Amino acid sequence: MSAKELPLKDRRDPLKVARGLGSSQSGVGHWWTQRMTAAALVLLGVWFVVTVLCLLHADYVTARAAVAKPWNALLLIAFVLSMFWHAVLGLQVVIEDYVHTRWKEVFLLVAIKFLAVLGALASVLAVLRIALTP
Amino acid sequence: MADTRRPLSPHMQVYRWQVQMVTSILHRATGIALAVGSLLVICGLLSLAAGEDSFNHFKSMIGSPVGMVLLIGWSWALFYHLCNGIRHLIQDAGAGYAIAQFVRSSWLSVVGSIVLTLLVWAYVLTAGGAA
Repeated sequence: MSAKELPLKDRRDPLKVARGLGSSQSGVGHWWTQRMTAAALVLLGVWFVVTVLCLLHADYVTARAAVAKPWNALLLIAFVLSMFWHAVLGLQVVIEDYVHTRWKEVFLLVAIKFLAVLGALASVLAVLRIALTP
Repeated sequence: MADTRRPLSPHMQVYRWQVQMVTSILHRATGIALAVGSLLVICGLLSLAAGEDSFNHFKSMIGSPVGMVLLIGWSWALFYHLCNGIRHLIQDAGAGYAIAQFVRSSWLSVVGSIVLTLLVWAYVLTAGGAA
């Protein structure tokens, strides 16, 4: 909308319309959390790759015993949580950049959050089942 | 695209090919691929929790030709996103913005990710194939 088309009757300060948009209230929260989870995933991702490579030809019993070790279970849960969190933050930016129909954008933003929470909960439950069942 | 009378910025096709734009595009593309790949992590953990039969089924799935191709793709995506992610974290700290450094670190991400992928799969193949 060009400046000429602005309704002349509107005597509100332009700031009134702008307030609440963009990053107000949340500030750099998204950006910072994305970097925090990225830093965590540098460490946890390398650990995950090494752990999986060590289990390359493991049978069921060996793999289960490896995941059930306290440190492995702990780090695996930390890895899965930061992975889904980081994935949601990244996908959110991609959707906001490329999906220009508002209802599709909102639908996708909600859908990825629901799916990520489901995925994270399912993974954590699986690790706990493995770690806590004798 | 409600109002196309606005001046539009030139889109990608008018730019000469440069490695920096490839690293940027690949970072998003591999990020999306890895988000889909997180399903594989869920499947692995759920099958391990569900019992021996489902775990063996999972192993045969990822050991199949299609599974191997997907794993090679995902492993490269992971290493690329990791290398370039470290590069982005360094840049977020304010370092590496001189053009020469920027181009060099771009190449480092691309080549580093390929080298890491080759190393991992060389190890997997010498150890007798996946799964």
